Amino acid sequence: METAAANANLATILALIARAKNELVRVPGAAIPGVLAPTIFFLGLNGVFGGLIHLSGFDTDSYESFIVPVSMLQGAGFTGAAAGVNLARDYEQGWVDRLLVSPAPRWVLLTGNVLAASLRAFVPATFVLAIAFLIGARWPGFDGLVVCYAMVAAMAAVAACWGSMLALHYKSQSAAPLMQAGMMGLVLLTPAYAPLELLQPWLEKVAEINPVTHVIEAARQGFVGSVTWSETWPGLLALAALLAVFGALALREMRRTNA
Amino acid sequence: MVRALGARSIRQTFRRPQLISPIVVFPTLLLAIQTGGAGAGIELPGFPPVQSFLQFMLAGSMMQSMMLAGNSGGIAFAVDIEMGFTDRLFAAPIPRFAIVLGRLAGTAALGLFASLWFLAIGLIFGAEIEGGVPGALLAIALITASALAVGGIGAAIALRTGSASVVQGLFPLVLVVLFLSSAFFPQELMIEPAKTIAAYNPLSFIVEGVREPIISGIDATQTLEAVAAIAGIVVLGLVLSARALRHRLRIG
Repeated sequence: METAAANANLATILALIARAKNELVRVPGAAIPGVLAPTIFFLGLNGVFGGLIHLSGFDTDSYESFIVPVSMLQGAGFTGAAAGVNLARDYEQGWVDRLLVSPAPRWVLLTGNVLAASLRAFVPATFVLAIAFLIGARWPGFDGLVVCYAMVAAMAAVAACWGSMLALHYKSQSAAPLMQAGMMGLVLLTPAYAPLELLQPWLEKVAEINPVTHVIEAARQGFVGSVTWSETWPGLLALAALLAVFGALALREMRRTNA
Repeated sequence: MVRALGARSIRQTFRRPQLISPIVVFPTLLLAIQTGGAGAGIELPGFPPVQSFLQFMLAGSMMQSMMLAGNSGGIAFAVDIEMGFTDRLFAAPIPRFAIVLGRLAGTAALGLFASLWFLAIGLIFGAEIEGGVPGALLAIALITASALAVGGIGAAIALRTGSASVVQGLFPLVLVVLFLSSAFFPQELMIEPAKTIAAYNPLSFIVEGVREPIISGIDATQTLEAVAAIAGIVVLGLVLSARALRHRLRIG
């Protein structure tokens, strides 16, 4: 009986992921803003702030290598937030109501949406990374690449939980700016533009308590040096904590919806 | 009529989070992040003498907000077209140009709001306006006029396509144009090819005209260059809007 339920849950999750994949395949134009935004930020920030590497305290001579993990995580944040916007659209169109009257548990519905966002985040991340290599970013090594992509997938899951929570709370696509601004703040209020010691004092303090700082540093390590476990585990721990908090909040909103 | 339509467009913007957010929230967030993250850049050799990076960045943030106000105005105009509101205005006994001018008046008012917002933020967080009250008024006037100019292009695209999603799709382009100007960093310290493009980008002339009264004082040459750049964009917006309006009236 339990096996049958587990199989049904897995099938539901896979169906929701397939639905998200179909959206991507059938309306490829919808993915363009999510790919364009981090790419523009990457190229723009590199062109504008690339000269910062001449400041003493910068531990790399390649700003594109320094900034590319940030843009990949930013892409993950936008993709996750877009999952929230899509959920709000589904609610407005009555699709969520139909899901909620199905026998699928709430956590299964949330997991399907979140995992789909994690997979979709590989699209902008890979595009930005390809552009970065084209303009001279350093190869991070296989281990650096794996760690970076793991951070991207998990960050997209965090962003999808955040977006889903807001979508279910406000039940309107009008909450989209809040979903995007929240993720943008979380990713960029870190040593995104410069190492911690070169940030202005107020941002240094914020970055020190922002868990995403550990995620950025873990994702960046292969691009600016070598991969170590001591730089990797704080990022994993931070993402696990963020996922637990935002996942619980999103699930609570889902349970409250039409309860 | 222009005043009524302008007031309507302002109310519309403030009532919809998806329209007001790009004008206020994102540029403010980016101002904070870039000031905190790249503030050490003022120590680079060749950086113009400034009191702080916040003081330097104010003009860039105003420009960003103004450009996004133009884009938001275009989106709202396209929504009006999609919903048939503009058709009803076309059928009413009012001059056609007043319909576009009303929208532009609203966008200019949002530009005014953006300049006041960022000047207030700058003053609250300790930035000084070296040009004093005349300098602040000049910066406000240039941003307001720029919003009117950029709004003309947004309105032209809205009239031509009649699609809010097409106008919304220009959002990334706004960022590209801004990054390829001296809005966020001195042009001499940018890296190629952005550095060369920024040297010819009309937005660079406008942003320098807005920045100069803030970081050092009013400079006639830079002010005139900014006015010339704005005039060029106004003419382009007017020509495109007039052609797009004719096109819209022809297709009905």
